[in-house]
Formats: sequence, structure tokens, C-alpha cells
Amino acid sequence: MTIGSRFGSALLFSICAASAIGGESSIKLAGGAQATQVQLRCSTCHSLDYILMNSPILTRAAWEAEVRKMMKIMAAPIPEDEVAPIVDYLSQYYGSN
Amino acid sequence: MQTRRSFMRLAAGGIALAEAGLIGSWARAELPQGTLDSQVRDALPGKQPLIKRTFRPPNYESPLESFHDVLTPNDNFFVRWHLANIPHIDVHTWRLNVGGDGAERSLDLSMDELKRDFEAAELVAVCQCAGNRRGFSAPHVAGVEWGSGAMGNARWKGARLKDILARAGLKSEAVEVAFNGSDRAPLDSTPAFVKSLPAWKAMDENTLVAYEMNGAALPHWNGFPARIVVPGWSATYWMKQVVSIRALAQPLASYWMHTAYRVPIGKFPIIDRFTSQESVTTTPITEILINSLITNLSDGERFAAGQPLQIKGLAWDAGYGIRGVEISVDDGRSWQSATLSESQGRFSFRAWQFTCPPRAAGRLFVMARASNSQGTVQPAELIFNGPGYHNNVVQKIAIDIV
Repeated sequence: MTIGSRFGSALLFSICAASAIGGESSIKLAGGAQATQVQLRCSTCHSLDYILMNSPILTRAAWEAEVRKMMKIMAAPIPEDEVAPIVDYLSQYYGSN
Repeated sequence: MQTRRSFMRLAAGGIALAEAGLIGSWARAELPQGTLDSQVRDALPGKQPLIKRTFRPPNYESPLESFHDVLTPNDNFFVRWHLANIPHIDVHTWRLNVGGDGAERSLDLSMDELKRDFEAAELVAVCQCAGNRRGFSAPHVAGVEWGSGAMGNARWKGARLKDILARAGLKSEAVEVAFNGSDRAPLDSTPAFVKSLPAWKAMDENTLVAYEMNGAALPHWNGFPARIVVPGWSATYWMKQVVSIRALAQPLASYWMHTAYRVPIGKFPIIDRFTSQESVTTTPITEILINSLITNLSDGERFAAGQPLQIKGLAWDAGYGIRGVEISVDDGRSWQSATLSESQGRFSFRAWQFTCPPRAAGRLFVMARASNSQGTVQPAELIFNGPGYHNNVVQKIAIDIV
């Protein structure tokens, strides 16, 4: 709020709180390099704890439904040919099976 | 002898059944392992350390100690956002735009005008996320895996929405009133988080555009400088950082109304309906359900034998009024009435307490079961639904008397 008034702007966007940036960077996905693509596609809009938090409770089909929801509803620009590898990854490391 | 043997058999069978029931129902409600592993205590600026569920967008729940008082402190109040870009608002340049095809005219209100031109109303009301306790769903379902702290109770002060709508001239053909806030997604193509209320609920005298919470300005994370307050209804309608109010002649078409925040029709004991958004099988979530929380005991806590045990908690519903809270310390076999504290208003948490006489050493299963003036009682079994909304199953806490 103080930053907002200093710049006299009602809509000065801040990506997130300083503590959240610090905290968020501590999240590490499993699988080393395999996680890179998932990290790239998912972390544009949300922190990766969304994945951890929902593990290991979702089937492969449920993970696919989540990815499709992000594409269809939230307009995540994920190319169709990346869907299967992303869902495979989520299912392998964070799935219920 | 014959009689005695039958009795023994019966008793043994009864005990066996009870044991089976106890073990069966004592598949303890627990958060997913990944939720437990990724949760941390973290303080957003201006807030106490809360239980972090997700960093971005920030979703933080209030720890149990937040509920020791009937009013939840502002700096302990839970935080829930759908979209990650949450602007810092300068109240001096903030405007509330009111209009839409269901209104006669448009308004462009400053905070000064909101406070000066409309009578201020004050009330205490529970703000509870539709998905509170989703993390305890059995089986687990996808979503923000909340424990019991995606809720809070505050004294809200603001202008009545009905007065603002009257100033704008609500047309008779207005069916809904829609709200938008200042939050945005990182991608422009992501739809905005917008919600609507039926016109009759928007015109309810208790529906507010609130600019104060517990006697202070709203915290940034709870919607500064103004949010919609809809006492009795799920927090999904309590739009934060509200900047737009539109009266609509047609139902709002949006993912957030058509797909999200919906429950099966007929599954829950709901009185308030949202007919303009109902489908054949589902309805937008409306009222919060009768519920309670034990606030001074945690699973696995140990207490000395021979001492009375104080059990304290809160009960709430959609505003019909708490009729009573019953306590069981024997896994639900017998129930006794707790003492209700003074009411802070029908939309508020109601505090209660119960003194359990000294018990012998052993494990106790403590349960609390609230009922309201409609005769609606918390269910013994979870009313399961795919999105994990409305979890109001009776809590069971295991403590050990040693």
C-alpha cells in the first residue's frame, strides 16, 4: 500500500510478497532434468507447491484433467505434444499409482 | 446360565462391532502426505505466520490458535486468492464502479463517498472458504488441500450493497449482481475471477461492501480497501479488492459460476437457492452448513488422569442460529450438552465449552456435534462430493489420559 501511494498508482502489480518469492524458490520438484518442462509450463502462473500439495492422491487421469483444465480454462499455453510427457511426469512422481 | 451365555455372546458381539466400527471410522481424517510435507509456517507482510498451503497465488490457512477468541484477529485471518497478481491499492485513487444493464445509471464511488454517502452497517459474520477441510476428504480430491483453518470470524463495517444498488437504480429485470476485483492472472488470456449473487441476495440488508474488519482497515491480503461481505454464504462470493459491481439482466456466464463452486442439487440441507444459475443436476454453492470446531485439543495430546477436562470450541451456521452443541467423549455412544456463550449475532461463531468429569487412564475420542434452529445437525459421515465442498462431518479427536 505504501508502494502504491508512493507511485500514485491504484494498480501497481506485485508478483507476490517478498517472503513468498523466497519461500517459493525453496520448492524443488523430483526427477532432476525431467522436471524442467513441468517447471517451465506450470510456474508461469502458480508456485509448484500446487503439485506437491496434491500428491500423492491423483491418478494419471486426474492429473491429465488438471493439465487440460489449465489449458482450456486458464489458457495455459501448453502445446498438445507436451501434454503426455507432463502428465507422465506428474503421474510418475506425484501420482497415486 | 443359558441367558447369561446369550448375554455374553451378545455383549461380545456388541463389543466386537463397536471395535470394528471404531477402527473403521478411525481411519483418521488426515491431509494428503504431500500437503503435510509442503506446508510451512510463513508470514505474509503484515500477517502472523500462518499455515502456507501455496505461495503463489497465496493460500494460507489460520492455525488453531487463531480460534481461541470468537473474533479472528486480522493478522491471523486466512488468505485465499485464485490469481497471482494482487495489486497494492492506493485508497485515494481507488474507485468502485457500479452499473450494468440491470441498473438505471452508473456510479463511480471514491472511498470517501462510500463512507460519507451511505449509512454504515456493522455485523459479525463468518467468512468460510467453500473448500474448508477439503484436505480431509475421503477419498482425497484435487484442489487447495485445506485443513480446518480456511475460515475466520470478524466484525465487518461498510455500506449496505442494497443502498448502493438503490442509488444506481436496480431495474426490475435485474436477475443477478456481479462482482470483479483488482486481482489478475499473470497471463492476460486467463479469465478474471468474477462472481455473481442472485439479485435478492445482493439486496439483502446484511450484504455489505465492507471497508473495515474488526475496527481496522482490511488487511491487503483480505481485500483492502473493500470487499463484499455476504453473511451466511460461502466466501467465494466475498469478492476482495472489489472495483466493479454490475447489475445483470442475464445470468453471469463464467467458468467461476458455471463450472467451479458448484454442488449436486439435493445433496446438502440447503434452504437458499440460486435458481438463475442452477442446472438439472448442480447448483452454485450458497449457504454455509452447520459446523463446529474443537479449539483447545489436538490429536495425540495427553492429559493427567483424575482431572476434569475442559473442552472448548466454536459453532456456526448460515445464520439460522445455533440451537446447541453436544459433546461425546466415548466415540459417539453418548452425548451431553455443552454450554453456549453469549451470541455475537446470528452470523457469528458461537463459543461453547464443556467440562468432562475426571476420566481413568486410556484413550478418549472427543467429538462435538452442533445443531441449528432448523433442526439440522452435523452429519456423522462425510457428505462426499467431487470438489470437496461443505465438509461439515463431526470431528473426532483422539487424546490420551495418562
